[in-house]
Order: sequence, then C-alpha cells, then structure tokens
Amino acid sequence: MSAVIENHDHEHHGPQKGILRWLFTTNHKDIGTLYLWFSFIMFLTGGAMAMGIRAELFEPGLQLMDPIRYNQLVTMHGLIMIFGAVMPAFVGLANWLIPMQIGAPDMALPRMNNLSFWLLPSAFIILLSTAFMEGGLPGFGWTFYAPLSTNYPNIAYFVFAIHVMGISSIMGSINVIVTIMNMRAPGMTLMQMPLFVWSWLITAYLLIAVMPVLAGAVTMLLMDAYFGTSFFDAAGGGDPVLFQHVFWFFGHPEVYIMILPAFGITSHIISTFSRKPLFGQSSMVYAMVSIAVLSFVVWAHHMFTVGMPLAAELFFMWATMIIAIPTGVKVFNWVATIFKGSITYETPMLFAIAFVVLFTIGGLSGLMLAITPADFQYHDTYFVVAHFHYVLVPGAIFSIMAAVYYWLPKWTGNMYDEKMGKLHFWLSFVGVNVTFFPQHFVGLAGMPRRYADYALQFAEWNAVSSVGAFLFGLSQLLFLYIVIKTVFAGKKATAQVWDGAEGLEWTVDSPAPYHTFETPPKVNG
Amino acid sequence: MRYKLGLFLLLIASFYTSADWLDVNMPVGVTDISKEVFELHMAIFFVTVAIGVIVFGFMFYSMWRYRRSNNKKPAKFKENHKLEILWTVIPTLILVAMAVPASVTLKKIYDHEAEEGGMDIQVVGWQWKWQYKYLDEQVGNKPLSFFANLTTPPDQYEYNRVEKGENYLLEVDEEVVVPVNTPIRFLITSNDVIHSWYMSDFAVKQDAIPGFINVAKTTINEPGIYRGNCTELCGERHAYMPIVVRAVTKEEYDEWVLEKREAMEQLNFLTEKEWTADELYAQGEEIYKTRCAACHQVNGAGITGFYPALAGSDVVMNDKTGQIEILMEGIRGSQMQSFAEQLNEVDMAAVITFTRLAWNNDKQGDGTIVVPNDIVDYKKGDL
Repeated sequence: MSAVIENHDHEHHGPQKGILRWLFTTNHKDIGTLYLWFSFIMFLTGGAMAMGIRAELFEPGLQLMDPIRYNQLVTMHGLIMIFGAVMPAFVGLANWLIPMQIGAPDMALPRMNNLSFWLLPSAFIILLSTAFMEGGLPGFGWTFYAPLSTNYPNIAYFVFAIHVMGISSIMGSINVIVTIMNMRAPGMTLMQMPLFVWSWLITAYLLIAVMPVLAGAVTMLLMDAYFGTSFFDAAGGGDPVLFQHVFWFFGHPEVYIMILPAFGITSHIISTFSRKPLFGQSSMVYAMVSIAVLSFVVWAHHMFTVGMPLAAELFFMWATMIIAIPTGVKVFNWVATIFKGSITYETPMLFAIAFVVLFTIGGLSGLMLAITPADFQYHDTYFVVAHFHYVLVPGAIFSIMAAVYYWLPKWTGNMYDEKMGKLHFWLSFVGVNVTFFPQHFVGLAGMPRRYADYALQFAEWNAVSSVGAFLFGLSQLLFLYIVIKTVFAGKKATAQVWDGAEGLEWTVDSPAPYHTFETPPKVNG
Repeated sequence: MRYKLGLFLLLIASFYTSADWLDVNMPVGVTDISKEVFELHMAIFFVTVAIGVIVFGFMFYSMWRYRRSNNKKPAKFKENHKLEILWTVIPTLILVAMAVPASVTLKKIYDHEAEEGGMDIQVVGWQWKWQYKYLDEQVGNKPLSFFANLTTPPDQYEYNRVEKGENYLLEVDEEVVVPVNTPIRFLITSNDVIHSWYMSDFAVKQDAIPGFINVAKTTINEPGIYRGNCTELCGERHAYMPIVVRAVTKEEYDEWVLEKREAMEQLNFLTEKEWTADELYAQGEEIYKTRCAACHQVNGAGITGFYPALAGSDVVMNDKTGQIEILMEGIRGSQMQSFAEQLNEVDMAAVITFTRLAWNNDKQGDGTIVVPNDIVDYKKGDL
C-alpha cells in the first residue's frame, strides 16, 4: 500500500536520543515498548514471588518464611501479576497495534498516553516502598477483604497505589476508545475492524465502567482505616459483605479485562497460521459483547459462601452458566477456523493452540465452579487456584507470549529464533501443566488456598506442583533471552512476515517506521 | 541395569499405591447432602470431560489432518449459520440440564428451619481459633462453650525440627462432639475478621462474618472424627485454626455433656485453692504456648511492627492491674483480643503470672504474681 512509501519523507522526525526519548515520548510505538518492558519486568518479579511461594509449599512445615511473609508474597504476587504484568502487557500491545491495525498515525491523545504509562511505575514504587517500612508489604490477599485489610499497617500506601493505577487505566482506556472511534482509516466500518481492535474497544469500556468502582472500594477502606467511618465494620453498624459486593462488581469485569484482548490476539494468530479467514467474525464480536455485558451481573459467584439468600444464589448460578454459551461459541469458531485450513505450527501458533486448549480447560472448571452446591466444596480451595491460573497463565499470558512472537518481527525487523521459540513453548507448556493440574487434585481433596502450611495428605502433589512452577518460572528467562536477541539481531523480516497474515500492520515495513499511516490508507469494504 | 530399572518401577509403584497420590477427588462425605453434592460434582465433571473430548478430539484431528504438508490449499469458508445456531442451542440445553438438579439440591441446602429433636451450635471465628457454644446445653446460666486451639506443637511446623504427627495441623485441644442422626444447625459468625468454617465431609462451607449469623444445617450419618479448615484468609495464622468434629452416638454424646458440666463445676474449687507461683508458672507456660506464642513468640520478643514484645514490657513487668485489664478487655483496634471468654480464672492468672516471671521479667520488674482470685476480683470490679 501507499503508506509504506510516504514514511521515508519523515525520517528526520525520528526519536530523541537517550533517556529523554523514553521520558517524553508521545509516540505510540515507544509507549507500547515501554508498557511491554514494564510488564516483562513485573512478570519476572511476580514470577519470582510465585517461586518463593512454591518453594515454601514444596513440603509441609514452614521452611523459608513465616506466615506473615508468605501472605505478603501471595498478596504481592496477585497484585503485581494482575495490575503490573497482564494489564500493562495488553495496554502495550494496544499501543503498538491499534493505530497500525486501523491505519491511524498514532493514538488520539499522545500526551495523555505518556502520562498514563509513567503513572504506572510510580504506582508500583509507592506500593513496593512499604517493603522497607515497619509492618511491611500488604498481606491481606489481592482481594483485600475488609475488615482484615482495614487493620493492616501501611494500607494508605496500598490505597494510593491502587488509585494511581486506576487513573492510569482509565486514561489508557479513554485513549483507546477515542482512537478507535475517530481515527479509523476511511472505509473501515466497525464490523470490519480487526478482532484485536474490537476486543480492546470492549475492554476499554469495561475498564472505564469498573475502575471507578475499585477506587470507591479502596476509598471506603481508607475512610474506615483512618477517618473513623464504619462502612465495613460491623461493630460500627457497617457491613463486611458490602465490601465484597463492591469489590467483585469491579473484580468480575476485571477478569474479562484480562481475557478479552487474548481472544482478539488468538483469533488473528489462528487465522494467519491456518491460512484461512477467521470463522464467524461477527459472531466473535457479538460473543465478546455478550461476555462483557454478562460480566456485570455475575459478580456474586465469588461469594456463594457469604450467606446470600437462596434467590440470589440461584440468580448468580444461572447467570454465570449463561456465560459458557458465548465463550463456547468463541472456542467453536477457533476450531472451525482450523478445520480445512493449511496449517503450520510456528511458535505463535503453538502458543495460540495451547491457549485454546488450556483456556477451555480453565473454562470448563469454571463451569463446575458455577454449580453452587458443588462450589460449597470448591470455594477457596486449590481447585479455584487451579481454575483461575488455567485461564490466566496458559490463558492470558500465553496469548501475550503468542502476540510477542507474532508481532516481534514487525516491531524489531528481525525474525526470532524459531528453534529457541519452540523450546520456550514446550518448556512453558509442560511447566504450566505440571504446576497447575495437580492443584485440581489437592483442591478437590480439600486443601484451602492462601495456606502457608498444609496437612500431610497434600504433600505429594504439592511437591509436583512446585517442581512444575520452577520449570515454568526458569523457562521465562529463555523468553527474555530470545526477545533481547531478536531486538539486536536475526534474519531480516519481510513486511508481510507471515505468508497468511492479513491486516494493515503487515503492509508497512519491518521494523515498522517511527511514524506510520500519516496519510490514511484506503480500506475497501 | 535391570536391577536399577526394577528399583525405579518399584518406586513408581509405591507412589501409586500410597493413598495420598490417589487422594485426588472430593470426599463423598457422611451426610445426605454431601452425597448429593458429590453426585452433582461427578455429573458436571463427566459433562465437562465429554465436552473436552469432543471439542479437543475434533480440534486435534483437524490440526493433524489439515497440516500444510497434507493440505496445500486451505478452504475459504467464513461462516455457517446453521452450525452456529446449533452450537449455541446445544450448549444451552446442556447447561439447563445441569442447572436444574443443582437448583434442587441448593434448595435443600437452604432449608434452615429448626427441626424437632435437633440442636443448635454457635460457631464463632476468632484469630486464630474457633469457639463453640452449645446453645441447648446450659451450664449454670450460660451455654456450654469452649475454644478449640491447634495442638500441633511449633516444633513440628517451624523448620521441621521434629517429625510431623499423623494429624499435622488438623488436631485441636477440644473437639466438637455431636450426636449422629441429629439435625444440627451450625450458627456461624465471627468475632474479628472474616473466617470460613469448612467441613468437606458434610459439604459445608459457610463464611464466619462479624455482625452476621450464617446457618449451615447438617445431619451426620456415620460416627467418626472429621477434620476441616478455615477457608477465608484471616491473617497470619490462617492455616493454623483447624476444625475437628467428633460424631458419636446419642448416648455417648449425653455422657460427654455430663463430663463437661462436671469439669466446669470443678473449676470453682480450683479458683479457691491456694496457688504457688511455681504451679501457676508451669500451667501458664502451657497456655502461653497455645494461646499467646503465635503472636508474641515463644521467647516473648513479639514481631516488630505487628506484635509487641512481652519480654521487657513495662506493663508486664510493673503494672499488674493494667495487664489483667488488657487480657480481659483486649485492645480495641489491634489484634489483641479479649481473653475473658477464652480463659477461665485459673488459666488467666496462670498465663499472666508466667509472663511476669519469664524472660527475666521478674528480675527487671516488680516480680508480682497474679492468682485466680485477682481475676475474680477484677470481674467483680474490686481490683
């Protein structure tokens, strides 16, 4: 397309040199890179914490840390992985890809884009600074249920950090929505938009809807802890269950915030490597919209054991089960895309296939969890831990890895090392299953989650799980090595990169020039 | 070589024959509801397995059959409305077929009405122990009540100094004794943060929430000892507040109640007795280990930023009345709870005496001891 040629005129507009480039950049590609590296650092940090947790759980007894430290690790692992690793990785991908996929020159609000990134490291510095204070890091779980959290030391830092993260997310979402609504290439209708763009449009609306709710929850917590209110303090006439309702009204859509962009990514990759158009593009969009809408009416399935009335339990059970329908449609569409394709299995495809299989396993255990009477057994055991790690690790995180391998040649201009990529995939695949599959077993047998120490009957499978966790964790160093190596060297990539790839981003050079689509491309319906 | 292989196979076999490796499913349990829940669980499990086998089977077949080396020309189709309607409708039917029996079971679980011949036990979660009040068994003018504390010694869990016992972390000083074939309503609440009372064998898990009373009704069919856990993160010692229920015949239960009553009456006698400092110290040391050491540590040093040290503390060394008040009333807004209900007069006096004499506190402070009658006086308002 014509866009390729025009970029040569603008090379003198290249980036500033040195650190200032990254501090002051308003370029969507630079900001995308910043987000992705930040996310990678947080992923390794949160992963190191997970390995600390698994090391402690390798055998019964307290070997490496006291339960206070253990609870702090569990809490920080959750917060860092959700707010520091998965969400920023998706925002980084959005920054890199949305303008290129819709034929826009940049994000609509570039200065706000810079601010929303730089708020994020600030928030984590505030949160992690409590490690050096008396009382230490928060240790009340990432769900920070009141009244456990209200009596914790240093909670003001936690609250402030969450506020800053929330502001960052909301600004990022506004930027995504404004960009998608206003800056699509002429001729690109909403229904023609690539699915990654669609998934992010829906995600951005979810974020704008629920981040203020989270802000409300932490503010009420702050008031309870420091200003003498009793929102959640029964002794003052408050209601501890209210906290959970408010929190999960944020929390459940948040779960889908972490999976919808993965749906978009997977759709692109499966279609590319099957060399066949995605099956049911519009039903994919409708399915995502339904999942997003339903996510607002299922929150209390996280609270089946708080003693809600029967009518509420029934409503939330049925509503939760309904989500399986659009989710099933998506899985069937991916399978139908593979069917009669001409398939090759490069690293991104391997991760995408593993995503479909393992995410579906996580979805099926989710269906089991929706059955309220059975949930009285599953709730807050390792069965739940296995479930949400299946949808988040080989779910969200595999999709992010798939995306990195898929678009890395476009970003860097170099092909990654395919053999190394495949090795990374297989190590991760084996590691993740050895880690999380046995957790179904100990969960069903009754091992509660967030336990620093456990009864002897769970010892064997916990040891297996810990071995898997170390395999998975250490394999990610290989990922780091592959990415760094690709940034600096490798076989030169073509503009198209993958012979089955379709979309505007594959029409520009590899690496993508600093400015792309300054004159919008024409898209034919 | 062959010998090594044999040894290896033997090792594998021994893993698989050990019960713990096979402990991979939900217990069937010992109540009608738990059996029903187990059946629901197995039904939904097989449904999900069937879905998995069909979807993944077709997917793996397609992945193999349509690999590029086997299929150079991909098809071009993008949609098929009939198929799409079909795979929306069929899952919907499966879901309804699963949700209906689940709703029926749920309705049974939600039958919270008191029954003829049934009993009520109030369960109160504390950081980090459970309190049980038998509301139908009066002793004096109060219901029969006790606390259940973990009895696994710290030497077993801290750094594995000694070998772990069979019921590691699943043993307590006072079991909840209940009769079989009797509808029992557990009325569950909390004194501080949220806990959750989880008994897998009864398919009961109810959150213990301050300010709320949640009901879990159960009828145990078989006598036995059943063990459970707290399943809502409640702070540092979340993993150290197990539940032990001993279900016995009605006759054995009545006998147990009688013994409990007698033990409580004995206490009056003990309170009046003349106690020596050594006796109080010895008894106090035992109580300190199960009730206090979790926070204030065995050496009385506390944990900086969380739990204050008792060794060298001014209150513990020099302010006898102040210390009794803290133990009786707790400290509002901190994790120091009131022990007025948890310890009787003798135990309270013993543990206070222990802290005043241990860790050189007696040499640095006034070295006074507290006797059970001091606690009685405090309760009367005479101290």
